[in-house]
Amino acid sequence: MAAEWRKPVPVVTAESRPFWEACRRHRLLLQRCGACGALQYYPRGVCARCWGTALAWQEASGRGTVYTYTVTYRTETRGFREETPYVVAWVELEEGVQVLTNIVGCAPEAVRIGMPVVVAFEDVDDAVSIPRFRPA
Amino acid sequence: MGGRLAALIAGVYEFPERKTARSAWEIQALSAREALAEAGLGPRDVDGVFTVTGTPGVGPLGLLDYLDLNPRYVDSTTIGGASPVAHVHHAAAAIASGRCSVALVTYGSTALSAGVAVGTRERVTGEYLDQFETIYGVSTVGLYAMVAQRHMHEYGTTPAQLAAIAVACRRHASLNPHARYREPITVEDVLRSPMISSPLHRLDCCVITDGGGAVVLVAPERARDLPRPPVRLLGAAEAVAHTAAGRRDYLVTAAAETGPRALAEAGVAHADIDAAMIYDSFTITVLLTLEDLGFCPKGEGGRFVEGGRLELGGALPVNTDGGGLSSNHPGMRGIFLVIEAVRQLRGEAGPRQVADCRLVLVHGTGGTLGTRHSGATLILARD
Repeated sequence: MAAEWRKPVPVVTAESRPFWEACRRHRLLLQRCGACGALQYYPRGVCARCWGTALAWQEASGRGTVYTYTVTYRTETRGFREETPYVVAWVELEEGVQVLTNIVGCAPEAVRIGMPVVVAFEDVDDAVSIPRFRPA
Repeated sequence: MGGRLAALIAGVYEFPERKTARSAWEIQALSAREALAEAGLGPRDVDGVFTVTGTPGVGPLGLLDYLDLNPRYVDSTTIGGASPVAHVHHAAAAIASGRCSVALVTYGSTALSAGVAVGTRERVTGEYLDQFETIYGVSTVGLYAMVAQRHMHEYGTTPAQLAAIAVACRRHASLNPHARYREPITVEDVLRSPMISSPLHRLDCCVITDGGGAVVLVAPERARDLPRPPVRLLGAAEAVAHTAAGRRDYLVTAAAETGPRALAEAGVAHADIDAAMIYDSFTITVLLTLEDLGFCPKGEGGRFVEGGRLELGGALPVNTDGGGLSSNHPGMRGIFLVIEAVRQLRGEAGPRQVADCRLVLVHGTGGTLGTRHSGATLILARD
């Protein structure tokens, strides 16, 4: 756990609380619509496809591949500014949905599109853990 | 051609300073005055106002107070840098439906003087989405860079091909006395400039300036009263693309929808287009937009932009004022695309004039290609 967390932290709302509570237990959740069957990320109060509200939480395997990425050398974002270069990526989960995230646990220059990755949670404090991904 | 929109661009003005002591509202007041003067009109003639300026919740009310305007039609559609392009579309639709007769589109910003790091600042919107995006240190540059990376992976596009776009814009800027940067650059200069967010270098990114402008549209009945040659809007289209619940092809932009629709409405083909003003927040923005508009097949944008095709004298001159990459980018650049298109169609572009320019395509992109963005296309013609 970081002694002083300087990066932005998620502002959790009632709508997203189950997702973030699961992250705290190091589980990555998607939502499945009970009406139309669509799977979605990020979590929200309605199914993005049919706007139904019968959504069920479904744990993702946490495995996926890098859809695309960038190595960030210049940023004004607090916390990240001091840690350049770092990787921002879209990861495509094996369930077929994309997740915006960071790739950690390897040299930024080693990241490649198509690279297999697995979720790695970073504990911010006792209440919040952030899902990032590392090489599988 | 293009019957239903039926509106004319009668006046334009680009505020010439790239760094100014004036405020964003002053920039708009001065620009509006000059654009109206070009149309032979004054402040009391304005009955429609289209602007992004404003405070969340009340939008342009403050600017309207400042300008002492009482329009009967107000539109403050805010969809990023494409907004002023959309405003021209909306203004034409409002005129065509009789909701107003003299439409004023304004934009002004002092991003440079205010020290706004447009491309690299922390992206906090206050929206629900921040908790899934801001926390990962995403930047505007990075959200375009990821799309460039994917395009290179899928199609073998090279950094040098992207650089050719920046080189073309700089060559055009060298012919524009008001451009922020005018010294010609080479592909090697772009590739040697510092990496901001791979694969985008500093010279793949637009400049940061102050600036603004205004566009005046009127009903076609006024054509014979206008001091300057009017420009006709033949077609217009808008679209958005976003994260699509986690299932998105990020190499397809909103232009894939707006291009065909706007061209069809105008009744013209790609080969008829004499020049294009394509939003160039980053080099990749231009490449993807040209593909999606249909100027070349998907994946061939890298080869298309090489060999001087986008430069004056080439088959499709793009951003003849130097674009956002070299001339100016105060934050939402769309209005300058329209202004430069009008200058070209009137034959007023001086040393950067496209010969016998009759038809110009304008495409604005707002937001970020790597998450969600808007696209707005206009087809403009010499009347």
